[in-house]
Amino acid sequence: MAVNVAVAMPQRKNRLREKYLPHLGVAAIYAILLLGAVLIFFPFAWTISTSLKTEQQTLEYPPTWVPDPVQWENYPNALTARPFGRYYLNTTIITVLSVIGQVTSSAVVAYGFARFRFPGSGVLFMIVLSTLMIPFHMLIIPRFILFKHLGWLDTFLPLIVPNFFGGAFSIFLLRQYFLTIPLDLDEAAKMDGASAFQIFMRIILPLARPALGAVAVFEFMSTWNDFLGPLIYLSSDRNYTVSIGLAAFRNDYFTAWHLYMAAAAVAMLAPLVVFFLAQKYFISGVALTGSGGSKG
Amino acid sequence: MTAINMPGKKVLSPRLREAVNGYLFTSPWLLGFLIFVIGPMIGLIWLSFHRWDLIGDPRSVGWRNYERLFSDRLFLKSMEVTIIYGLGRVPLGIFVALGTALLLNNRRIKFIGIWRTIYYMPVVLPPVAISLVWMWIYNPRYGILNSTIQQVLGVPGPRWLDDPALVLPSLMIMAVWVAAGRNMIIYLSGLQGISSELYEASAIDGAGYWRQFWRITLPLLTPIIFFNLITGMIDTFKLFTQAYVMTEGGPRNQSLFFTYYLFQKGFAQYQMGYASAMAVVVFFIIMALTLLVFRWSKAWVFYEGELSGAS
Repeated sequence: MAVNVAVAMPQRKNRLREKYLPHLGVAAIYAILLLGAVLIFFPFAWTISTSLKTEQQTLEYPPTWVPDPVQWENYPNALTARPFGRYYLNTTIITVLSVIGQVTSSAVVAYGFARFRFPGSGVLFMIVLSTLMIPFHMLIIPRFILFKHLGWLDTFLPLIVPNFFGGAFSIFLLRQYFLTIPLDLDEAAKMDGASAFQIFMRIILPLARPALGAVAVFEFMSTWNDFLGPLIYLSSDRNYTVSIGLAAFRNDYFTAWHLYMAAAAVAMLAPLVVFFLAQKYFISGVALTGSGGSKG
Repeated sequence: MTAINMPGKKVLSPRLREAVNGYLFTSPWLLGFLIFVIGPMIGLIWLSFHRWDLIGDPRSVGWRNYERLFSDRLFLKSMEVTIIYGLGRVPLGIFVALGTALLLNNRRIKFIGIWRTIYYMPVVLPPVAISLVWMWIYNPRYGILNSTIQQVLGVPGPRWLDDPALVLPSLMIMAVWVAAGRNMIIYLSGLQGISSELYEASAIDGAGYWRQFWRITLPLLTPIIFFNLITGMIDTFKLFTQAYVMTEGGPRNQSLFFTYYLFQKGFAQYQMGYASAMAVVVFFIIMALTLLVFRWSKAWVFYEGELSGAS
């Protein structure tokens, strides 16, 4: 998109404006940003507040923000009303294995696309790109039937195994990153007699840590937070994930908002902790691809 | 291309060896693509011409599933709901995200990292947990929203998720709360990728902030905005959790999102053939949208290159 703005007229030399300064003053900008932050925190605060109230107090008008008395026992009560410990363990197993599968397989495939020319490589990579757009939700029915035939229903396999074949989004992100690694490094290693696989292990992977981290955190989030997949594939209570358990918990009582909020707060905890520990990977990953790890 | 198993490296010419390596390294994806994408796609199309409840044998019904679609008021409703929601949510999200990014993209604003972290936080939360929290916020009787309206304005608030006219706007607001931070980061990195020379040149030319915004910033961001617009519409067709947890498609089917209806037909009523026909139709709609993206892809791929080169 050509932008024709640079018709310079040097004699009219205005004082250079602040590069991006809107008409608003800095104080006004801070005020708006702060309002935004309050709006972001508000549902969190209300969740925590409710989770520490008695059921009676959740139904009071006018509502209070500070629970009185503070009902710490809501948390153990909510977490034992259903086996949330088990759900957490299940979700952790599914997520860790999915992350391992997604990162290793996508890195291998991305290396293939980044470093080798072979007949059809261009077309294949275009297919990878186009599957970024394929709405995989549309395939839930045939996939369900496939996994049914394999006898995988009500196991973690349908949720884990596909990750070992690489994901389009991860492959794309990693390939873009691998392309920025200078070829000279490969060449030098090749001179020393390194095989393609050795170059991959010793040069590409160590240098691509930021991109690998981004892929890992995006996969973590999408697996941990997945709902439709576990809902379709897992049927017995002992196999539930946190999300499925939470949705089921909601139907156990009529109104137990103090308990729902306690369970919801705990369900939010793991992704938030991972986010805070690994946030640089999120930011760089989003910036790198212009997408938020929105794999299907 | 079959003589791979020869141990001596010198047997293969460099070009052949490169090709063999290329196929070897990309083979996991190729295999997965055949098993989990192409196979199911063929299965989907085949199923869409059959009638099957997962028990007995599938029965061929020709085009009957497709004919049924166009007289199925609920299917048409689900398309309508999904498209209306997308047309509202996506531009609203872009407006909020771009606005925030513009505010943050200012040398005199400090702690960008902290603002970014705060705004990004909701993106990582489990949709089920978010849905429960917002149900409680929107609760007509005891929710904090209506309690506050009652306190401040002295009138009872609306019924939000229980009101057929308000259920979609309520869900849109929630969705903007969830996703604004992610798109904001995309715009912010796009903004930072714009060369400052462009701004300096136009400032010498006497252009003010808004003139620069319309002439430089917006045109250069257009590929990203357009990309967001299309992917946002596609994402709308994936929307499921909110309908399942919060509204069950109601009230009066006003939140009967496409994927929720698909789920109901497939996994509650076991009409596998009919549900497949629904999926095929939407598949083609989304593919048409995707082609739109690819017509523009040159523009945004160029951006990707710039961004990854800079980091």
